[in-house]
Amino acid sequence: MYKYNEFDEAFLAERNAQFRAQVERRIDGSLTEDEFKPLRLMNGVYLQLHAYMLRVAVPYGTLNSAQMRTLALLAEKWDKGYGHFTTRQNIQYNWPKLRDIPDMLDALGEVGLHAIQTSGNTIRNTTADHFAGAAKDELTDPRPYAELIRQWSTDHPEFQFLGRKFKIAITGSPNDRAVTKAHDVGLRMVERNGETGFEVVVGGGLGRTPLVGKVLREFLPQADLLPYLEAILSVYNVLGRRDNKYKARIKITVQENGIDTIRAMVEEAFMGLRGQFDGTDQQLLAEIKEHFAAPDFRSGSTEVFDAAYANDPVFRAWADTNLAEHRAEGHAIVTISIKAHGATPGDASAEQMRLMADLGEQYAYNELRISHQQNVILPHVHKNDLPAIHAKLKEHGLATANVGLISDIIACPGMDYCALATARSIPVAQEIATRFDELKMEHDIGHLQIKISGCINACGHHHVAHIGILGLDRAGVENYQITLGGDATETAAIGTRTGPGFAYDEIVPAVERIVEVYMARREAAEETFLETYRRIGMEPFKAALYPEAQKKVA
Amino acid sequence: MARPFTPKVITANDLLEGDVIYFTAGNTWTRNLSEAELITDEADAQLRLLEAEKQNIRIVGAYLADAKAGPNGPEPTHFREDFRRTGPSNYFHGKQEAEANV
Repeated sequence: MYKYNEFDEAFLAERNAQFRAQVERRIDGSLTEDEFKPLRLMNGVYLQLHAYMLRVAVPYGTLNSAQMRTLALLAEKWDKGYGHFTTRQNIQYNWPKLRDIPDMLDALGEVGLHAIQTSGNTIRNTTADHFAGAAKDELTDPRPYAELIRQWSTDHPEFQFLGRKFKIAITGSPNDRAVTKAHDVGLRMVERNGETGFEVVVGGGLGRTPLVGKVLREFLPQADLLPYLEAILSVYNVLGRRDNKYKARIKITVQENGIDTIRAMVEEAFMGLRGQFDGTDQQLLAEIKEHFAAPDFRSGSTEVFDAAYANDPVFRAWADTNLAEHRAEGHAIVTISIKAHGATPGDASAEQMRLMADLGEQYAYNELRISHQQNVILPHVHKNDLPAIHAKLKEHGLATANVGLISDIIACPGMDYCALATARSIPVAQEIATRFDELKMEHDIGHLQIKISGCINACGHHHVAHIGILGLDRAGVENYQITLGGDATETAAIGTRTGPGFAYDEIVPAVERIVEVYMARREAAEETFLETYRRIGMEPFKAALYPEAQKKVA
Repeated sequence: MARPFTPKVITANDLLEGDVIYFTAGNTWTRNLSEAELITDEADAQLRLLEAEKQNIRIVGAYLADAKAGPNGPEPTHFREDFRRTGPSNYFHGKQEAEANV
């Protein structure tokens, strides 16, 4: 993985010193809050309901064990002993003190981590497939390109004051695990005539206007990535609306001007910009690629794994749900669920982070990943090591066998922490997970994604959930709307609202009724919830959710 | 027709700690809602908010929040302010933890 060079290290140290001075000037009164706020946001510092929040980037979700241990250190030394992994592959600390944040940033800088551009109207942390470099279905590892984008976009003078935030996601696999179609720009690596390039999707996004992105370019040669991105950003920076923050995202620019107009403008800007890139970016990319060379995967039989799989049903259940196919023979990708039933989705304690760091170092070639689904990945593990890993995970409450199942819920922090939220998300997720654990149904239900947002900004990705839940404030009371049929993959779709929302104490029974319809109507256990929904449509679910309305119609 | 004025307290976040604070009748800040000044007059509310904002070296984002009189002082009328008064519901952190440690 990428290791910072002297230039990167000096840049971070200087940037942190600059912010430390800004904090001091705010504390001594030299800076007003209006002056300080944009400066702190550029360094990932928010002020939330109960405290400051520091959002740290995990670029394209990749980190090593030393970095994970530093995340644990921050949790323990300057927070309340835990951190919260988010859908942008970041980690958030919910309780730092303003005066401590410069020290936190310095500690991060020592291991090549930072909080730059994790907030503000700028290009945010570029996210990537959390199985990048490991997945069996992968065409090319997308992370060198994500790192190139990170270096290009960090402190890019033209794009520090965009109309709104700008999010880029990248995948190197045909099976999209990076939700590329719900990003401002989605990059999907594709092959044409033996050459690998990008399909460029633009104008996707969730929030109050959820839209699936449109294809801007079917094939972009790799060498043209940066000038083409710069062209897109330049057109957006000029054309994007600044009169209304709710209409300022590029998805609205695309919607209002039409994809053909945007394409023509981007292509024209690209023609002008292409010549300004003299090949230095390609030299840099070649250097970056060397950092992402695959580990020297060890060979050998998998007999230890095979024996445990045959003889230990608990291990087998975990292996069936939490492992994914690796491209190297005898290896697997491990997803560590940090969604124990009843726990806060995405939260890991300092102790758990250290254990995961140890496991990464000992068994996974010193690599870990953060998934946008708020779990942690060990990307390269020899199968014979899996029983030992599983045993360690069990000791620390990290062996929940629920990846991809109903309790593997994405939930934004909601009103428990977020100043923008209109209702809570976390306790709803906790109660749903606990309920279906009690029912012992989730393995029978199979693949089903529930995603919960505590406000219309949709940080919990509820629009692209199979069952999406949106918390709102209805006359001073928490109320929850349900959407069905959303899809976050390469067949992306925005879910459809079922009807009126549900009170806090009605939402878990409502989800149960939806699941009951699915279980009763699926044609076979292999037919997933989404497939059943697409086959039978909304009506059977509505009938179960709103029986009184059905009686009135009758 | 304009909505009738409902009682308010002035609340903000502390600059250094970031935690929730309330403005008192004595022009100081408290971490306990029950010690806040309950403002019942609309014109007075705007003046008191200006007074509170003068202390912006110590505080961030002062605003008027709905409240009602209770047996032990002001109480929140909206669930958002209730969470701000106590802390998150998934952990015993925030104000609830601080008060337990007193």
